[in-house]
Amino acid sequence: MAQFASLTLQQTDAARPIIEAIIADNPGVRVLNMPGAVKLDCDGKLTVNRASVEQRIGRTWDPQEIHLVLISMAGNLDEDDDHFTIAWRH
Amino acid sequence: MSVIAIRPDYEAHTEVRDRLGNFHGNQVVYVHWEKHLSFCAAIAFPLPPDMPFGAFIDNVIKPHYAPHPQAEAIDWAAVTWQIDGADATPDLGKSLAENGVGHKSIVRFWTPGLDGYHGSAS
Amino acid sequence: MSARKLGLKQRYALMTRGLDWETTYQPMEEVYPYDRFEGIKIRDWSEWEDPFRLTMDSYWKFQAEKERKLYAVLDSFAQSNGQTGISDPRYINAIKLFITGVSPLEYQAHRGFAFTGRHLRGVGPRVAAQMQSLDELRHAQTQIHTISHYNKFFNGMAEWPHMHDRVWYLSVPKSFFDDARTAGPFEFMIAIGFAFEYVLTNLLFVPFMSGAAYNGDLATVTFGFSAQSDESRHMTLGIEVIKFLLEQHPDNLPIVQKWVDKWFWRGHRVLGLVAMMMDYMLPKKVMSWKEAWEIYFTEAGGALFQDLARYGLRPPKYADVATAEAEHISHQNWCTFYQYTHAAAFHTWLPTAQEMDWLSEKYPNTFDKYYRPRYEMWAQMEKDGHRFYNMALPQLCTTCQIPMVYTEPGDPTTIAFRQSMYKNERYHFCSDGCKDIFDAEPEKFAQSWLPVHQIFQGNCGGATVPDVLDWYKLKVGEDNLDFGQSPDRKTWDEWQASKSRLAG
Repeated sequence: MAQFASLTLQQTDAARPIIEAIIADNPGVRVLNMPGAVKLDCDGKLTVNRASVEQRIGRTWDPQEIHLVLISMAGNLDEDDDHFTIAWRH
Repeated sequence: MSVIAIRPDYEAHTEVRDRLGNFHGNQVVYVHWEKHLSFCAAIAFPLPPDMPFGAFIDNVIKPHYAPHPQAEAIDWAAVTWQIDGADATPDLGKSLAENGVGHKSIVRFWTPGLDGYHGSAS
Repeated sequence: MSARKLGLKQRYALMTRGLDWETTYQPMEEVYPYDRFEGIKIRDWSEWEDPFRLTMDSYWKFQAEKERKLYAVLDSFAQSNGQTGISDPRYINAIKLFITGVSPLEYQAHRGFAFTGRHLRGVGPRVAAQMQSLDELRHAQTQIHTISHYNKFFNGMAEWPHMHDRVWYLSVPKSFFDDARTAGPFEFMIAIGFAFEYVLTNLLFVPFMSGAAYNGDLATVTFGFSAQSDESRHMTLGIEVIKFLLEQHPDNLPIVQKWVDKWFWRGHRVLGLVAMMMDYMLPKKVMSWKEAWEIYFTEAGGALFQDLARYGLRPPKYADVATAEAEHISHQNWCTFYQYTHAAAFHTWLPTAQEMDWLSEKYPNTFDKYYRPRYEMWAQMEKDGHRFYNMALPQLCTTCQIPMVYTEPGDPTTIAFRQSMYKNERYHFCSDGCKDIFDAEPEKFAQSWLPVHQIFQGNCGGATVPDVLDWYKLKVGEDNLDFGQSPDRKTWDEWQASKSRLAG
């Protein structure tokens, strides 16, 4: 059975560039739109890259800012200055 | 003791809230009409243990199940009973206790031919 | 200059480690009296890894930002009379259940994590538990604050703390948390941090809150998602705690497995209330309970337990039974409240024809066969002027305290009855899951405060239903009974009438 690493984010202006960055950087990502929320699933691993978000918003972005729009997640987290990654593989 | 507690005398400090002595001379009896799940669960009553089984049927079971459209059609002579999981033929003149209905016993009954609204067990 | 260049991982280590010390005036065993009796063996607390490297300064910064956003929304919701813009006034009844049944659990979680944060001797989990304790207090406060606006216009919310401690169906969530909080700190962490937060709360906070958004409740969706952003941190704490315990010592596995089995089943039972909220109380539907269960338990839980299998941990016992019950649980619960509407602090109704069609579509295996006929019978009785009430009190399960409404696995026409004898007393259970929990700790559950038995013992204000409702502070004719005849309905109709006057 597929092990989906997953992030659920708010459907807000602040989250939209993050959602776009995830879709661009994670081939095969599955997008489930719900009212007010979007769930992004990817087999094994899902990464949010700082550079990718910064490119979209035109300012520096600290991956910890994801706290402001994060609703839920599934997977083991690895957090760094350059990325926010959740994965099931080791 | 199977609970894992920080104090070895845990159980000495517990209170069993449902014990018979707390019900002012009554015992708790549950009854359930099978295949009529409009009544979502068995229903509970505090009853004197010396209440005759016939009175239990007439004064407790019948009025509480009366709202169901099939209640009127019950043939009480044909009803089959279970008391605490065992088939039983209650003696209507004898008491609940004499019929083996104790504290927190469950009495289930089936009404042959009546399986709920349109046979749906409702 | 150099501090700015430190990476997140180093910065985090500097700011969170080496803050504690070995006590000398008192032995450590006396300072931390609670972290050994459960049998959990910890070799080295310093092996704890925090997945979220959130230092206290960032924590305050982000939490303050979340609060500012939330309170801006609440203000504008109140200013613009947002309560008049919800999809359908029946929706408010889900909020009544939320404030009486769920928000008090946030406060219980606050206290539980404060206790855990005090009594685990490792600095990593202690900091994480303290942050979670603060989060949970914030959740309780923001929920009370948000819902206080609805309380100005609708019934059933004013006495929520009083009701939480007394009302029969609220003993279900209350006793769930009482059980967790009277366990040791490790069991609490597995119960609430892992089983509840990680495995199950998504089902409440994601699809239900999305439903709040869909039904025009801007206030609730905002507190819901604001809380849930903390929840992601709590989930990683839950998963870290289980990995940590399993990595520390092989003897921990059977203890942790027992807790996972217990708390999965207990959580599944409590969430039956949410199942009913989703399938019956959200007028506009996002997804069915069954669909939510498939996404959040079968799929997400499946991935999780596949990951944890390397420690020898298996999926919770009776997970298959719980999955099969997803076809039934919302219907069986709503039928229960419909027939006990006189004793509930929210309104009930029969699903409309359109809603029944939705339920048929979402539950093709069960709805038309078992539940539609029940509603049709009750609708006919309403039409004939004999609205169906159950005027006796139900038998309750000793463990979950829910009326024994659940049916045999594989036979939805027969109630599941389970019993245990303990010290010559008979105890009843709704399921094998609840029976196993009792059998493992009979000394604890023999103390259950079962509302029905307490009424019979004369401890709930009197012998009649009105006496008991009065003791609940439940106002007859305002808080209870069907929505159709309620003062809430009247209020709503007046708002609509005034809108159409303006339009005319």
